[in-house]
Amino acid sequence: MNDAAPLLEVEDLVKHFPVKGRGLLQRATQAVQAVDGVSFSVRRGETFSIVGESGCGKSTTARLVTRLLAPTSGTVRLDGKDISTLPERQLRPLRRDVQMIFQDPYSSLNPRHTVGKIVGAPFRLQDVEPEGGRKRAVQELLSLVGLSPEHYNRYPHEFSGGQRQRIGIARTLALKPKLIVADEPVSALDVSIQAQVVNLLEDLQDELGLTYVMIAHDLSVVRHVSDRVAVMYLGKIVEVADRDDLYEHPRHPYTAAMLSAVPVPDTRRRTERERIRLQGDVPSPIDPPPGCRFHTRCWKATEVCRTEEPPLVQIGPAPGHLAACHHPEEK
Amino acid sequence: MSLMTPTSPEASRHTGPYLQVEDLRVHFETDDGTVKSVDGLSFAVEKGKTLGIVGESGSGKSVTSMAVMGLHTSKNARISGSIKVDGQELVGAPIDVVRRLRGQKMAMIFQDPLSAMHPYYTVGNQIVEAYRIHNDVSKKAARAHAIDMLDRVGIPSPRDRVDAYPHQFSGGMRQRAMIAMALSCDPSLLIADEPTTALDVTVQAQILDLIRDLQREFHSAVVIITHDLGVVAELADDIVVMYAGRKAEHGSAEQLFGEPQHPYAWGLLGSMPRFDRPPTERLLPIKGTPPSLINVPEGCAFNPRCEFSSRVPGERCVTDRPEALDAGGGHRVACHLPTAQRRQIWADEIAPRLA
Amino acid sequence: MILYIIRRLLAAVGLVVVLSMITFAIFYLMPRLAGASPETLATRYVGRSSTGATVEQRAESLGFYDPVPVQYWNWLKGVLFGTDVSTGADTVRCPAPCLGYSFKTQDPVLPEILDRLPVSFSLAIGAAVIWLVLGVSIGVLSALKRGSFFDRAAMTLALAGVSLPIFWTGLLALSIFSYQLGWTPPGGSYTPFSESPLDWAFALLLPWVTLALLFSAQYARLTRAGMLETMSEDYIRTARAKGLPERTVVAKHGLRGALTPIVTIFGLDFGLLIGSAVLTESVFGLPGLGALAVDSTRNNDLPMVLGVVLLVAVFVAVANLVVDLLYAVIDPRVRTR
Repeated sequence: MNDAAPLLEVEDLVKHFPVKGRGLLQRATQAVQAVDGVSFSVRRGETFSIVGESGCGKSTTARLVTRLLAPTSGTVRLDGKDISTLPERQLRPLRRDVQMIFQDPYSSLNPRHTVGKIVGAPFRLQDVEPEGGRKRAVQELLSLVGLSPEHYNRYPHEFSGGQRQRIGIARTLALKPKLIVADEPVSALDVSIQAQVVNLLEDLQDELGLTYVMIAHDLSVVRHVSDRVAVMYLGKIVEVADRDDLYEHPRHPYTAAMLSAVPVPDTRRRTERERIRLQGDVPSPIDPPPGCRFHTRCWKATEVCRTEEPPLVQIGPAPGHLAACHHPEEK
Repeated sequence: MSLMTPTSPEASRHTGPYLQVEDLRVHFETDDGTVKSVDGLSFAVEKGKTLGIVGESGSGKSVTSMAVMGLHTSKNARISGSIKVDGQELVGAPIDVVRRLRGQKMAMIFQDPLSAMHPYYTVGNQIVEAYRIHNDVSKKAARAHAIDMLDRVGIPSPRDRVDAYPHQFSGGMRQRAMIAMALSCDPSLLIADEPTTALDVTVQAQILDLIRDLQREFHSAVVIITHDLGVVAELADDIVVMYAGRKAEHGSAEQLFGEPQHPYAWGLLGSMPRFDRPPTERLLPIKGTPPSLINVPEGCAFNPRCEFSSRVPGERCVTDRPEALDAGGGHRVACHLPTAQRRQIWADEIAPRLA
Repeated sequence: MILYIIRRLLAAVGLVVVLSMITFAIFYLMPRLAGASPETLATRYVGRSSTGATVEQRAESLGFYDPVPVQYWNWLKGVLFGTDVSTGADTVRCPAPCLGYSFKTQDPVLPEILDRLPVSFSLAIGAAVIWLVLGVSIGVLSALKRGSFFDRAAMTLALAGVSLPIFWTGLLALSIFSYQLGWTPPGGSYTPFSESPLDWAFALLLPWVTLALLFSAQYARLTRAGMLETMSEDYIRTARAKGLPERTVVAKHGLRGALTPIVTIFGLDFGLLIGSAVLTESVFGLPGLGALAVDSTRNNDLPMVLGVVLLVAVFVAVANLVVDLLYAVIDPRVRTR
């Protein structure tokens, strides 16, 4: 396999959830356009983050990439192999290569299973016998994520939120996956614990050469962990770029507005910072605005924005900096 | 003074801080032992000022706000110390007296506006209800007032939206409606418990702006409770940092962000990825986890997680509980390290690390 | 909203049709499968002493030789449009809705059922009022005073109430209040409401209370659980933060939220009770539908049983419909998506 080729390639991914119609028969005439034509690729060993506000489709994208959901259309290629149309029973090998970390460390662990059973579950499900036996493998995993091997026989309720998230991470690492998709991995944790888990994820990446797709809404955390970042709005990627390009020279007005809205722990910044305040709310994904989906809230919108959908194209000098905007920011 | 007649902010007879909390203790008896959620907390807020209370889960920040509002209904809750609102003592006051102050002199907004509003009543109905408990007005007048309030918190076409149900509002609109409800009786004290945590970042910015604007307009005392140092930096004049039910540090926002002195505050700052600075390689987390409130460590509650306790001579961090003492200019710090040494550590070791 | 009602209405009609099919299958198809011939079925209409020819003629005229689906269709036509039934010598018009003729008395089924309906309805409605008031108020008090002596006592009694069989409590009540103390009329007395409301209520008092006791227990537990859940909701905290008096918080905000599951169960219970208060009716000697169903089953009076079952099905469907509509009244999220 070619190491230079991207590990994950997503092309024109679409997921529509039909909604009940209002008529007598409630036929599904409308659909929530949760993800509507999303393309990106993730290189080996990098952290690719998808940010956006609730309802933008970032979590749906994560579930499509891991095939917890089947896409309406489009392709997802892992290591060059199209996994988007695989039927349910052929997904077992995929479950080894792609693992998911969930947001809530309280509900994602079975309270009636011991830590050993939880972390060892992937071995059982995939019928893998690691060298030295499963118990030893699990204990090694536990120490890898900073837990004690003695925790093997304990139950999840005996652990704090941060420790539970570590248990969840140990489970995802059991089968040495190629890709880990983390959906808001630290947002349920306290600040001081968040930092511990963020550091752990970074250490594991260095040590094991992991590739992450990170879904998050906290722009500060995303900036800290990511190599590249995509911004989603109403089911579409509006901007994607290297981390520093995106944060220092946002091209899409939505990205700029979002970045300017992040509160910063520094009182001096109260007056210095230039703030862009968006008006109104995100429109319904059932009936997204025509043209550019952001035009209803955009202060730069003109006639063309209302009629023509801007393509996601290279903007500015930085390679790989794409934005979908008729009037990109110039800075 | 009749509590049932609305008082304008100017009419209050009391001078000094509008809210004064002294040596507040909120303990809960449980089967496993006494949970000391708040254990000797003092602070004051004047009208027109904003106090931020910052802490992680279990630090006692929300328990404090509920105590001020008199909302601890559990029989197992033991509350002692003093809470004075507009000069009136609330601890030990008859339930009905505190109840009449709620909504009228002090109001509260909550984290999740979807679950905090009753799903079966219209938004207008819920505002009208809040207004009419404390004001003897007709339904029609109350409705007009509700529409006016919705308008003031920036809800478009309030005349139509007043009859909508909470589920028909977006998250941001719901929080605006919640604020309209809280402010309907023109309270002089507003407590906001994680008001933007459930909201998206662009909506959060709108709501923070709104709270700021309304405070200027109503000249009220605001207490904002949050885990997000960024949010308090946006709004607060003074900040209390809580740890395990006690005050770790208390000072003006400038003091706290300019020269924080408690090792826990340093730890929090190091744990946060900084949006306003160049990205760093690693975050600097606080080791360990917050203590159980049944079994708070002896001495300084933070000592098992503190990097600097070894620099305090003897075993004081493990044996003596530090009081929040004035370190100059009203900046209070509960730490056994001498002030000069803390300043030194901040300047030489912490500040460069964070930059 | 109107679409919602129409949708629910169609669903209710569908439910009744399906139920009638199942009942029909049970009562007409099952005997066939068990080996009964059309002649044996027809015997019941003409009496055992008749000749084979009369029996065959009767079976023919009742359509027993037709395949069961055709018979169902004919029966359905009878229900919808009425039908002509020949009783051998002459032909009688049985107007819609025609539920057939009793095997036993040769009388049409419907008038007999309609005759019994007021009794069952009276029994159900009185009991329902008592159990709702009793059950819900005990449940609310229990929830508000959780862990108190009242709560424990009420819940222990509720458990006992659920487990005590009605023929025991009923007979006990009868022997004490009617036969020993003579406060209430003896079993078997029933006066229609239209004749004397006072006598009506007086005669039904014991059955009401006995039946209500059973249901109150269940409703108290249900209400308590619902109240405990809603009283810990965020919106209750908001209501208190507004400065509402605790009474208003409980009644306006708490109870309203806890009402939904109670309404659901109540609709089903009430609908079912119309035709199934068998034990209460037998113990107190009330000529209701439940008693009719039991008697008819004992007599192999298939058309009568079918009629009762169908009527109960209609009641359950109607109760369900009412519940669905009540949902929309209680919860605006159902009304306004």
